[in-house]
Amino acid sequence: MTKRFRRLLALTLSPAILAGLEERRVGNIFQTVATPGDAVRQSAILVLSIAAGIFLVVATVAAYAIFRFRRRPGDDLTEPPQVYGSTQIEIAWTVIPLLIVFVLIGVTARVVAGVQDHPIPKDAIHATVVGHQWWWEIRYPDYGFTTANELHVPVSEKPGETPTVLRLQSMDVIHSFWVPQLAGKTDVIPNRENVMWIDPRETGIYFGNCAEYCGTQHAGMLLKVIVHQKAEFEAWVASQQQVAAEDASAAAGRATFESLACVNCHAIRDTPAQAGHTGRGKFGPDLTHVASRLTLASGVITNTPEHLREWIRDPQVAKPGNFMPAMQLTEQQIKDVAAYLETLK
Amino acid sequence: MATLDYPLDRPIRRPREWSLSTLFYEWVATVDHKRLGIMYVMSSIVFLVVAGLMATVMRIQLAIPNNHFVAPDTFNRMFTMHGTTMVFLVGMPILAGFANYLVPLMIGTRDMAFPRLNAFGFWIFLFGGLLLYFSYLGGGGLSGAGTAPDVGWFAYSPLTGRAFSRGASTDYWILGILLTGVGSLASAINIIVTTLTMRCPGMTLARMPLFVWMMFLDSYLILVALPPLSACQIMLLADRFLGARFFDTQMGGSAVLWQHFFWFFGHPEVYILIFPGFACVSEIIPVFSRKPIFGRPAMVGAVVAIGFISLGVWAHHMFTVGMTSLSNTFFAASTLIIAIPTGIKLFNWIGTMWGGRIRLATPMLFCLGFLFQFLAAGLTGVMLGVASFDWQLSDSYFVVGHFHFVLVGALLFALFGGMYYWFPKVSGKCLNETLGKWHFWLFAIGFNVTFIPMHFAGFLGMPRRIYTYEAGRGWEIWNLISTIGVPIQIIATALFVANILWTYFKEKEVGDDPWDAWTLEWATTSPPPVYNFEAIPEVRSSRPLWDLKHPEDPDWKYER
Ligand code: HEC
Ligand SMILES: [Cu+2]
Ligand SMILES: [Cu+2]
Repeated sequence: MTKRFRRLLALTLSPAILAGLEERRVGNIFQTVATPGDAVRQSAILVLSIAAGIFLVVATVAAYAIFRFRRRPGDDLTEPPQVYGSTQIEIAWTVIPLLIVFVLIGVTARVVAGVQDHPIPKDAIHATVVGHQWWWEIRYPDYGFTTANELHVPVSEKPGETPTVLRLQSMDVIHSFWVPQLAGKTDVIPNRENVMWIDPRETGIYFGNCAEYCGTQHAGMLLKVIVHQKAEFEAWVASQQQVAAEDASAAAGRATFESLACVNCHAIRDTPAQAGHTGRGKFGPDLTHVASRLTLASGVITNTPEHLREWIRDPQVAKPGNFMPAMQLTEQQIKDVAAYLETLK
Repeated sequence: MATLDYPLDRPIRRPREWSLSTLFYEWVATVDHKRLGIMYVMSSIVFLVVAGLMATVMRIQLAIPNNHFVAPDTFNRMFTMHGTTMVFLVGMPILAGFANYLVPLMIGTRDMAFPRLNAFGFWIFLFGGLLLYFSYLGGGGLSGAGTAPDVGWFAYSPLTGRAFSRGASTDYWILGILLTGVGSLASAINIIVTTLTMRCPGMTLARMPLFVWMMFLDSYLILVALPPLSACQIMLLADRFLGARFFDTQMGGSAVLWQHFFWFFGHPEVYILIFPGFACVSEIIPVFSRKPIFGRPAMVGAVVAIGFISLGVWAHHMFTVGMTSLSNTFFAASTLIIAIPTGIKLFNWIGTMWGGRIRLATPMLFCLGFLFQFLAAGLTGVMLGVASFDWQLSDSYFVVGHFHFVLVGALLFALFGGMYYWFPKVSGKCLNETLGKWHFWLFAIGFNVTFIPMHFAGFLGMPRRIYTYEAGRGWEIWNLISTIGVPIQIIATALFVANILWTYFKEKEVGDDPWDAWTLEWATTSPPPVYNFEAIPEVRSSRPLWDLKHPEDPDWKYER
């Protein structure tokens, strides 16, 4: 099922394939590829098998009792022997579950401590993920740039080799960071910083979601983690640190963009539209390299020139309720601005 | 006071006169526990149908990816109202209804301890419910923002703050639920006092029917767990109107504080809702197996244990908020330990059937459905209790599947069983068996088709509360199957309603004790007169009617 999906997707999609990265759309929690996810998976499989075993035994006994002791037509109507209980049996079915529960508590304690209290290596890569209604701001404080919605990390050939530590913050309400194949979810809470880490061992594009209801477009708050080979990751970082080369053909669009209210919400580094103090350019995603992203609007639409124009024309169509207003631009302005944004590779 | 002499003296039933004023007098001005009980159950069935229709709309929306059947805000309001309604306007009143009707009859008394408080509780609940639904008209407030609340049934802050929730809809949510909470507290106090002070002569606590025991402990849980909810709702009101900062994170308030308050109520609430299910099953299984309940003291002990432990597990709803590993482990441990008393109950029910002579009538069928589905629900609960597993499962569709197994697969099945079992008590007529069996089988199939796939969607990373999803994430098939189960459940429920109407108007009366049962409610006429018992009975064991029907082998010989 998942295999066929992937082959199908590989045929039909998208810039990601060009980069040689496989799309991992199905967030199967039993197909994890990072240490925290693996630890959880192992405990999960254990618990699942214990639960399945208990279910089978108890359900079989119950079904047998129903079948064996059902009243059949033609039974006499006398009452069966009246039994009030049995201390031995009751002790047995208290003690056995007790033992199972102790095992489970032990396993839980070990896995929880193993993941949560895992020391974070000094040379880890740091990213700050900030939840907004309804998109993700992603900062790389050590590299000095900000991007959105797609978290890029390097692969770890050995467990914990080049882990990425995520500091989770929220601008507004509670969100939750969940990419099932990498790790369990961690809530993104305003006025509080949560930390988690991942060390994916296979390259690819991993899909996830905001997992805490956060208002109208909670469903449209998708998440991607893009796991690169180390060299490619470094190349990506280098390109993000630069600003996009100026393109004379997009001058009209750039002028329009900078003259409009776009700059109140969006920043483009090293241009007049860069983020200001007073919060200018911080309400929406940083657009410095918007054209290098796979998707727009937190994964709701793929990043094609056509989608971009439609988005600028009226963002409420693709993602109803989101906080970017339809700016009432003329068709010419839309074309120009979109053309400019397309140059921001 | 007479000793119980079975059958008791038949009270006289007078023919009813029909007029508007008697109708008003009989139903609105009444303080009769039986009338109030019926009204509680009827209003919760109405709310059940309303919230069920909302669920239907949601399932249609989710049947296929990228569906545009309803708008995002409409969907968000719907799951908020669906959850809020099901918990506060269906689960809570239906338990009050069952307890109101049955507790006085089962303990051999003439009414609740505080009849007028009882009526107050019902009407304030109904008013609170209507106030919540009035938000569809008034929720926009002066700013015209939105209609019904869209903050989810657990209304996490700061989404409920002024900044993120404009208009008045959240206020309707707060006030409506606050009022129904007052009603629940009133009825809980009433049930506690009634069971403690009004039992008939000879009915020691040890001889009290399990149903009464469980409703008694349920009321105690309500009394302990509901006030924290009311408190934090009042704090939220203060935030919204008086400039308090409890949950306002932009002013240094805490978002997590709300979660602690809410789940300190919210987890015990799960048990508050399920205890009435236990209560029904513990009465029905013995009667239909023709054996006393197996291990009665252990049964009571298990409920007492659950009642206490369930107050110390609330943060298992918060394994993902970033508590320390120690707290996570603590709450995982306390949660897992609850599985033991819960298991004891299940084993005892099976033990009751063992060696019995099981009559597979509709009430029993529903109890058997309960047994299997509750077993599954309990085991998925264990998975959620393992904190590390919960990091993946929390807030996913797995959780949605799990708690619907608890609240529909277990609770609603048990309540349906209870309704089939006690309907002859209330009306003098047995619900039609053929329709009842159709109801059971269709509902069991529809229920499982709808809710089993949700667990798998959760395993594949589908979060809850999303109004739509993109194709290719592996969720389509599970959602489609899930939606296909819905019409089956609707047909089953329609059969149930049809059965009630058909039986009420067409079927023949079946006498006072059609199931050949053992507890006191069957010792008076069906339906019982206003005063329940002409003479207050006196009992010598936990199965007084068994003693009377089997003078050669009475229970009191074996019980202390
Ligand atoms: C009121 C603030 C605001 C203004 C003004 C605004 N935007 Fe946005 N914009 C946003 C927000 C918020 C988002 C994120 C929406 C989401 O995903 O929920 C966004 C998203 C975008 C995106 C997608 C970015 C990505 O990586 O997903 C583009 C492109 C964009 N805006 C372009 C523009 C342009 C061009 C203008 C001016 C014509 C503009 N915006 C004006 C707030 C604004
Ligand atoms: Cu969200
Ligand atoms: Cu709980």
